Amino acid sequence: MLELPFLRPKPMRGILALYDNPDEILTAAALVTEHGFRNVDAYTPYPVHGLSEALGIRKSWVPYVTLVMGLTGAALGLTFEIWTSAIDWPINVGGKPMVSLPAFIPITFESGVLIGGTMTLAALLVACGLPNWQAPILDRDLTNDRFGLFIPETGPAWNEDRAIQFLRSTRAVDVRVIRG
Amino acid sequence: MSANETALVNVTGEPLLINPNKTFADVNAEVAAPIERKPGRLWWIFFTISVLLTLQFAAEITYQIIKGVGIWGLNHPVGWAVDITSFVFWIGIGHAGTLISAILHLFRQRWRTAINRSAEAMTIFAVMTAGLFPLIHTGRPWFAYWLVPYPNWRYLWVNFRSPLVWDVFAVSTYMTISICFWYTGLIPDFASLRDRSTGWRRGIYGVLSLGWRGSERHWQHYERAYMMLAGLSTPLVLSVHSIVSFDFATSILPGWHTTIFPPYFVAGAIFSGFAMVVTLLVILRKVFKMEEYITMHHLENMNKIILVTGMMVGYAYATEFFIALYSGNPFERFVFLNRAGGPFAWSYWIMVSCNVISPQVFWFKRFRRSLVVMFIVSLLVNVGMWFERFTIIVTSLHRDFLPTNWSYYKPTIFDFSVIIGSFGFFFMWFLLFCRFFPTISMAEVKQVLWNSKKAAGKVPATKAEKIHA
Repeated sequence: MLELPFLRPKPMRGILALYDNPDEILTAAALVTEHGFRNVDAYTPYPVHGLSEALGIRKSWVPYVTLVMGLTGAALGLTFEIWTSAIDWPINVGGKPMVSLPAFIPITFESGVLIGGTMTLAALLVACGLPNWQAPILDRDLTNDRFGLFIPETGPAWNEDRAIQFLRSTRAVDVRVIRG
Repeated sequence: MSANETALVNVTGEPLLINPNKTFADVNAEVAAPIERKPGRLWWIFFTISVLLTLQFAAEITYQIIKGVGIWGLNHPVGWAVDITSFVFWIGIGHAGTLISAILHLFRQRWRTAINRSAEAMTIFAVMTAGLFPLIHTGRPWFAYWLVPYPNWRYLWVNFRSPLVWDVFAVSTYMTISICFWYTGLIPDFASLRDRSTGWRRGIYGVLSLGWRGSERHWQHYERAYMMLAGLSTPLVLSVHSIVSFDFATSILPGWHTTIFPPYFVAGAIFSGFAMVVTLLVILRKVFKMEEYITMHHLENMNKIILVTGMMVGYAYATEFFIALYSGNPFERFVFLNRAGGPFAWSYWIMVSCNVISPQVFWFKRFRRSLVVMFIVSLLVNVGMWFERFTIIVTSLHRDFLPTNWSYYKPTIFDFSVIIGSFGFFFMWFLLFCRFFPTISMAEVKQVLWNSKKAAGKVPATKAEKIHA
């Protein structure tokens, strides 16, 4: 690992359970909220469907950004075309009307897609807090073949033994205490 | 191996996309293998050739910028030839990548997972290559920024009624969105590579992965964002080649001035792009030993698409001809008869035989599943599609309304130099991509792998799945 300041991990505390297949983590995730654990997260090599519902993670707001930014981009594109062609310096080109709406459609569409698409990526990064090179990597196999369920240490009512007990009762292949 | 492949089917008799005996760790190890070992001799040979072709391309462009576009065979009346032909050709190649990554994603075609990464890379490099042509074709590329509307001392704006300006917006948007889409797909895989490697590699892939850790909270946003980008790319890809076709269709030249152009160009683009994907994947799976991921099933599906789009293109050729004869317009009629029987008839018949006749072999399963046949057909289709654009552009220009304007286009050595140079440039980037980036989307393949395991009964069904069944 490069010892660069922005690559140095920030501490994280809690209990991590590792599973070796997606069905096991889904079963465990369905129980974890019933047992009263809060802010539980999962770390998986690919998106396991049903996991966010089980953990009570809300649906992403990114699509709204796409919609609003796409429409904004299209509106900006069209406004710019009309302003330059008909207001700022109206030039008669081949007798076509100053506001040639059909001819303005392609760029209106392209600006909508351009702004909508780039802002979708930007929204994804903002939503995930990326880039974030300081987040600790809990286990190197979490991007390979392990599925991790992480119960973070929360507040004064935190009972480490209870969390370990619970995770051991699931079919985890490994349960680890994460400190720093 | 082929006997093994056919044995793997699910309950509905469809072939499994991936061998269910593989583990998740196998996927990472095998996809990352070409990146982690030193490249083989074959890679170096291909790469050296590509770099040499690119160097001669750079030399040609430099000389052409100094001397002017006259070093090409361009002259009155054929002012557009290999430059615009190659531009349309390369943009078209790019379209298959977006089709595979976006449209097949929206249609839930899971077989795309093994090929979407390399197809998207192909898109980006093809659009990069395509973008060079309008620039050098202007003759004064140092004024290329005039294409963009920016506040300037002359208080002039670009003419938004011109399809050439639409082109600038369409191609640059296409390039930008393709890169966004590709990079989004790469983030989890860069994280996988980071977690496998040590030292400076870990640093580079760590930075590229942006610190991705596969948190479920992040996947939730990621999947929705990916879907949105796919949704935006789908109409985008259709618009880009439609707009490219407007460059011709909005003019009044017979042979160009036709309403069939947008769908005809889009079908042709997908056709040629799929052929290029097949060409690249047949080589890639062999050189990097990816036969277990890019299976015969994948290739067969692509060959089916080549067959379908090839017939769409053939239908468009027939419609064009029929309308030209039926319209009663003598100029239109002349242009088409001149295409098929005039001085450029050779180019027209290369186009028809490569694009319409050669894909017909794919009616037979044996040929759809034969590497040799599909490789040859894919090369023929690429040749044919290059000549399609050449036919449209050059035969329409070389004999227009007035016979005093008539002439024959003769390419010079510099025309050939840019064509082969563009291939070198494209392949150079593609080879670098294969060397440093994961050529298969590991995260997506794992999802498909789990489904294959379920379908093959390798893992027990969950309670919910039993109830559902």
